Amino acid sequence: MTETRATDTLSVLDRPNSYIGKTVPRPNLDRLLQGRGQYVSDLEMPRMAHVVFLRSPHAHAKIVMIDADAAKRMSGVISIVTGRELEAVITPWVGVLSHLKGLKSAPQHAIAVDRVCWQGEAVAAIVATSRAAAEDAMEHIAVEYEELEAVTDMCTALDPATPVIHASLGDNLAFERTLDAGDVDRALSESDVVEADFVFGRHTGVTLEPRAVVADWNAAEARLTIYQGTQAPHMVQNIAALHLGLREAQVRVVCKDVGGSFGIKVHIYADEMATYALSKLLRRPVKFVADRVESFNTDIHARDHRCRGRIGVRPDGTITAFEIDDLTGIGPYSMYPRTSAIEANQVVNLVGGPYVTPNYRARARVVFQNKNVMCQYRAVGHPIACSVTEGLVDLAAARIGMDPVEIRRRNLIADDAYPCASPSGMRFEQLSHHASLAKLLQMMDYDALRAEQAALRARNVHRGIGIASFIEVTNPSAAFYGVGGAKISSQDGVAVRLDAQGSVICQTSITEQGQGSESLTAQIVGSVLGVSMERVRVILGDTDNTPYGGGTWASRGAGIGGEAALQAAKALRRNILDVAAAILQSTPAGLDIVNNSIVNADDGTPRIELNELARIVYFRPDTLPPGIQAELIATRHFVPRQYPFAFTNGIQASWLEVDVETGFVTLLKHWVVEDCGTIINPQLVDEQIRGGVVQGLGAALFEKCIYDERGQLTNANMADYLVPMSGEMPDIEIGHVVSPTQESELGAKGAGEAGTAGAAAAVANAVNDALRPFGAIITEIPLTPQVILTALGRI
Amino acid sequence: MSAPVSVSLRVNGEPIDALVLPRLNLADFLRENLKLTGTHVGCEHGVCGACTVRIDGEIVRSCLMLTVQAQGASVETIEGLSDSGEIADLQAAFRERNALQCGYCTPAMLMTAQDLLKQTLVPDRQTIREHLSGNYCRCTGYQAIVDAVEATARTRAERPA
Repeated sequence: MTETRATDTLSVLDRPNSYIGKTVPRPNLDRLLQGRGQYVSDLEMPRMAHVVFLRSPHAHAKIVMIDADAAKRMSGVISIVTGRELEAVITPWVGVLSHLKGLKSAPQHAIAVDRVCWQGEAVAAIVATSRAAAEDAMEHIAVEYEELEAVTDMCTALDPATPVIHASLGDNLAFERTLDAGDVDRALSESDVVEADFVFGRHTGVTLEPRAVVADWNAAEARLTIYQGTQAPHMVQNIAALHLGLREAQVRVVCKDVGGSFGIKVHIYADEMATYALSKLLRRPVKFVADRVESFNTDIHARDHRCRGRIGVRPDGTITAFEIDDLTGIGPYSMYPRTSAIEANQVVNLVGGPYVTPNYRARARVVFQNKNVMCQYRAVGHPIACSVTEGLVDLAAARIGMDPVEIRRRNLIADDAYPCASPSGMRFEQLSHHASLAKLLQMMDYDALRAEQAALRARNVHRGIGIASFIEVTNPSAAFYGVGGAKISSQDGVAVRLDAQGSVICQTSITEQGQGSESLTAQIVGSVLGVSMERVRVILGDTDNTPYGGGTWASRGAGIGGEAALQAAKALRRNILDVAAAILQSTPAGLDIVNNSIVNADDGTPRIELNELARIVYFRPDTLPPGIQAELIATRHFVPRQYPFAFTNGIQASWLEVDVETGFVTLLKHWVVEDCGTIINPQLVDEQIRGGVVQGLGAALFEKCIYDERGQLTNANMADYLVPMSGEMPDIEIGHVVSPTQESELGAKGAGEAGTAGAAAAVANAVNDALRPFGAIITEIPLTPQVILTALGRI
Repeated sequence: MSAPVSVSLRVNGEPIDALVLPRLNLADFLRENLKLTGTHVGCEHGVCGACTVRIDGEIVRSCLMLTVQAQGASVETIEGLSDSGEIADLQAAFRERNALQCGYCTPAMLMTAQDLLKQTLVPDRQTIREHLSGNYCRCTGYQAIVDAVEATARTRAERPA
């Protein structure tokens, strides 16, 4: 990693022996390395039953009759429950938010009632003593369906001749948003205009551990404990309580190790709701673990946009306007509770975001269809906005014969122009597009690469360079969900306490799915307190044992949860120094904590070790001066208030080779420069970016859920749905520019989605760059050999 | 076909006698019968590699093998390799390099990497990538894993025999 510091304003974080900005190994990795993780899939409980779901083979059908008599008589079967029967225990929901004006959806049930709306929707639950017994019984359930016409093509979903999926809604339009800023018509009339249709494959998260939940209703305690791999335990608590008719205090959500999430596990799925309800109905623990086919058919899908884009450009390279018309199909329901309008809304918010032009017009339409539900997946909307924007910028550069770097240099918002706002109203506190671009060019040795490209072209080797600038939404405030009425907290809390041997326990409301939440919390708390990291234990993922908060999603854990940890540690530090001053007959200002000991602030002389201080406080408080009551615990919460989102920025470049005979793309190298503000742990940030890039590369080259015209998902397995494997992935070089947010003392912004935001755009631009001698332009991903050979006119 | 049959095998050096249904695959047997949950199940059809174990010295996808096929075999799982210390250096390299995030692919990734390191003294990066190319990791982007395997190979090569 290479780093350029834009500002240097840290104080409490620059203490002696600070862990901030240092690469330290994540705590407790040995558990995962030795196969001792505790994933929900591993969990077993006394009297635990297993549920499997009989799922619809049709994309759209009436359920005429379900005959489970034979299945109910089979060995090991505990219960078979239909949607109608489960309705008595759990109420349906509607995935809308009030700030997304006009967004509509229909009531969705935990198990389908009367009608199924996508292939894979559950029609009955089979609960048995083992999963195998439940699957055996499932084969003996007879369901009579009356097939209905399936709405599958989003392009015709709004046609008058197309059936309306939910009659009560009047049409298949879930949401529409328009925006018109500046004077687009005039700008375009005075410019060269380039336009293209950008097409994005529908893809999904493919978490290696499928979604899993164990719900344990203890009738004697009237309390439901939900063990679930989720990113947002308090959200799950709220929703489960709401629909089961419980108080939140009656629901505990526990989240231990999670086998991958990426936004897949931040939603509430119907089968999970059914599992909670079944536990309540049957008064025993019930376990649901999706198999891989179920994952493909029911984990949220994402992207699947078609976006017509236009850009105006003058001969001097000035970009005069952006215009987009975006269409996306989200399946039959808007997901709950975050809704399925957010991605399209983000596309409108983000297109053109890195550039200065004030002229921007957008329309986004979100339509229903009889396919699996779509919702927020890592980098929500960013890859689409970035691919459209950066694709258009490259097309504009090609139109006027300008180098792709030069057109960006002339149009990116200047680094000294902040604070400022985009035409869509996004407010930017401090970005660093030009510093990032300069650093990227230096890292990749752009001029040398161009020379190499030209030399190879002469030998009929076709390599391309693709560049993509991007902005990223991180640290979301209540503007994301809270203002729309969703009970999804935008604040997080951390409680820190000194135990009786001078060790520290932190309870945080952010969650861990491998990003390093535990590590960054321990690093911050250890640094601020002057305690070594080995003495800091972090507890997360338990609604009974952590402060209330949002969890880990939307690149918020470090920026929001990290600041709460910092403030809590500062408060505990003050409390400790107050007691220390009383014990040592000194003043709090005259003392400090360094290396697990109270020391003199001026000369660092050790005075008393923390374990001795704790011993006195907990066991000999009688020896403290009168009136001194020690409080060796402190809790603080944090939520951003000044900016709705802490925008970050970055830039990526791809260097690849296209085999024009086979259409295969070989990724040779990838570079990223990213500005996420204060870096708490450089290694963790870099690995977040690398992992994110590879998810974006999967979207660029491989990943697509292929539906037929009847709404059947034809590649719902890992052999046919291709994901990036190690053999095809390039090494990825990462650099940083650091512009801390002033909104928090920590100054950290998010980094979790930056890689995914721009990777596909860089690859698509590089492929088009490689194919320039052939005059082929491709604005569709995934860039499969078929797509490339078609564009080359070879098939 | 549906009556339980008896099977005898060694798992991590311990003799195991069990009555199992003929259809029970080895991954489920290890996880559910023996509670060795370090072997993970990701796709159940031999693509993702998460269930990789070692049988008589060879790495095998335990979801593609029936328990009864392991009759008389010696099965080693991540728990066995961890307890014996055989891959302690590789595990340390993964930890230092943050070559894991969620950790779900990790036991099998370690198993596959150790298989390579036993065959090839100092494999180059492309060889490492190819050997691991049957093990899916969604979190890391693979580079850190390749780095950790490469570092372990170098250290082992420098170690006096």
